Amino acid sequence: MTAVDGVSFEVGRGEIVGIVGESGSGKTMTALSVLRLVPEPGRIANGRILFGEKDVVQMTDDEIREFRGNDVAMIFQDPMTSLNPVLRVGFQIEEAMVAHRRFTGRQAKERVVPLLQRVRIPAAAQRVRDYPHQFSGGMRQRAMIAMGVSNQPSLLIADEPTTALDVTVQASIIELTRELSRELGAAVILITHNMALIASLCQRVIVMYAGRIVEEGPTRAIFKNPQHPYTWSLLRSIPRVDEQTHEKLISIKGLPPDLSKLPPGCKFHPRCRFRIDRCLTEEPPLDEVDPGQLARCWVLMKNVADLEAAR
Amino acid sequence: MSAQVTPATDPDTRKALVRVEDVVKYFPAGGGLFGHAVVHAVDGVSLAIRPGETLGLVGESGCGKSTLGRVIVQLQPATSGHVYFNDVDLTRVRGEKLRRTRQQIQMIFQDPYASLNPRMTVGDIVAEPLRNFRVARGRKAEERVQEVMRVCGLNPNFVNRYPHEFSGGQRQRIGIARALVLNPSFIVADEPVSALDVSIQAQIVNLMEDLQEKFGLTFLFIAHDLSVVRHMSDRIAVMYLGKIVEVGPSDSIRDKPLHPYTKVLESSVPVPDPDLEAARRPILLKGEIPSPVNPPSACRFHTRCPIAEKICSEVEPPLEMKENGRFAACHFPGKL
Repeated sequence: MTAVDGVSFEVGRGEIVGIVGESGSGKTMTALSVLRLVPEPGRIANGRILFGEKDVVQMTDDEIREFRGNDVAMIFQDPMTSLNPVLRVGFQIEEAMVAHRRFTGRQAKERVVPLLQRVRIPAAAQRVRDYPHQFSGGMRQRAMIAMGVSNQPSLLIADEPTTALDVTVQASIIELTRELSRELGAAVILITHNMALIASLCQRVIVMYAGRIVEEGPTRAIFKNPQHPYTWSLLRSIPRVDEQTHEKLISIKGLPPDLSKLPPGCKFHPRCRFRIDRCLTEEPPLDEVDPGQLARCWVLMKNVADLEAAR
Repeated sequence: MSAQVTPATDPDTRKALVRVEDVVKYFPAGGGLFGHAVVHAVDGVSLAIRPGETLGLVGESGCGKSTLGRVIVQLQPATSGHVYFNDVDLTRVRGEKLRRTRQQIQMIFQDPYASLNPRMTVGDIVAEPLRNFRVARGRKAEERVQEVMRVCGLNPNFVNRYPHEFSGGQRQRIGIARALVLNPSFIVADEPVSALDVSIQAQIVNLMEDLQEKFGLTFLFIAHDLSVVRHMSDRIAVMYLGKIVEVGPSDSIRDKPLHPYTKVLESSVPVPDPDLEAARRPILLKGEIPSPVNPPSACRFHTRCPIAEKICSEVEPPLEMKENGRFAACHFPGKL
């Protein structure tokens, strides 16, 4: 089974790139590949992952450990599964700093409280001695972020960082992510199914479907002028805020595909309302459709004359 | 307990299909220092749901919205207060009358994986209410099951399959078919789409709207996702720590929230439009949501409210009409 197939993209320093897709689209697997953390028996069959000049795929065990600890940080959806329940929060953050030998024990100890303050943990000097279960969901996610940025990484990968959180907490985590990416000048890869979060945070967006990139480009272009029918439908399947009269949502018929039984041709064609004969047999390449905007489609939305009829 | 009795001020209460009056639901909080700690899950809620409308109920986790939904369908008894359905008090009525009334009220659950018995076939799951309420058996039941399955977009030939053979979206359709089989007039839907993929959410939202139109259903739509709630609902009720803080038409709540908490919620939700996002300024709340075991005095939002004044910690603002059709429980409505 090929979970991720021929995915190429770049993230620049200080840039926030979003990877959006539904379950099984390969977005998380793509991110794990960057860290070479693809779970067994999965493997990176081929391809290169360049971090600066270095190829992550070719790194030795020592190099990859160094890379994961010092250069990259990952923030997961559920912070409870990534924090050790029997160790104090402060200790875990110190440990992360010392383990990767960027700071001495004493330096690490001194840095913990300011870090927790930076991610706005109230009464950080006291809470540093708490255990994870004493923290609320939002505070745990903040603690994870503090741990993530403790080694001043240059790449931050956030996998659905706000999905498990309440909206008011979500808002503060979004703000924090934005501020930290700016302060650290780090590149950020944000993985989410939430189009609104992409619109909020990302300069560029990559849309994945069935393990492939189906569309990529500047966020504004993708939202205003999506060219792939999947992107177009996805944006119309969510309610608009400024909806005045009640509009029916566009639903995408059928289900996301089973990766072990992918259809021939374009992988989206069984669910696509704009497909032509060619889509059934030939897979389209990811081509530039507008400056900086790529789409993998034989039809393209700009060539669909009557969008109303498509509804 | 709260002294406010809101419905008297709402001229529309008389037309209501469902009337919730000062409902309180407490849970024992397991021990507590003196063994008497209680969770104030729902603390004096009054609501009116009109026939044919969708009332959206929003709030963050732990605000009591699901508990309120379960008390309304009588899955859990209220600690005090009344729930009227067509003027029948569900908290008092017993026997045959209760059975007949309950047929009219159904529920759709959040988790389509946990709310269907994995050992039952889809046909049996959908038919179970028919048997429980002795409405139909045998051939007649089978026909009814196939009919609702078709209406819900399920292939009626799949009656003998088991829930695990279906996707999340299809399972939610099974849950909807089960809720529909008795031909109810009122359905409480508790987060019916939040466990589903985005492309599937739209299918279920559209299905619920079609069914509402076809069968004249009344919905209480409980969700944390403000954008979906707004899309589905004619009116919205906002809940915070066991209390309703604002009720009003969806559009006017969006355009001009009266309660500061509603305003905070509205400002916190990212919208799928990069231009609007660039302009959106979320109002960030200080602190964490207080414990429902020991909720703040007077206005429960005062500990986090950006515009709270002295009176807010001393006098509880009643949920009262501030403008035509709009209710808010706030001393300074529309000031944030």
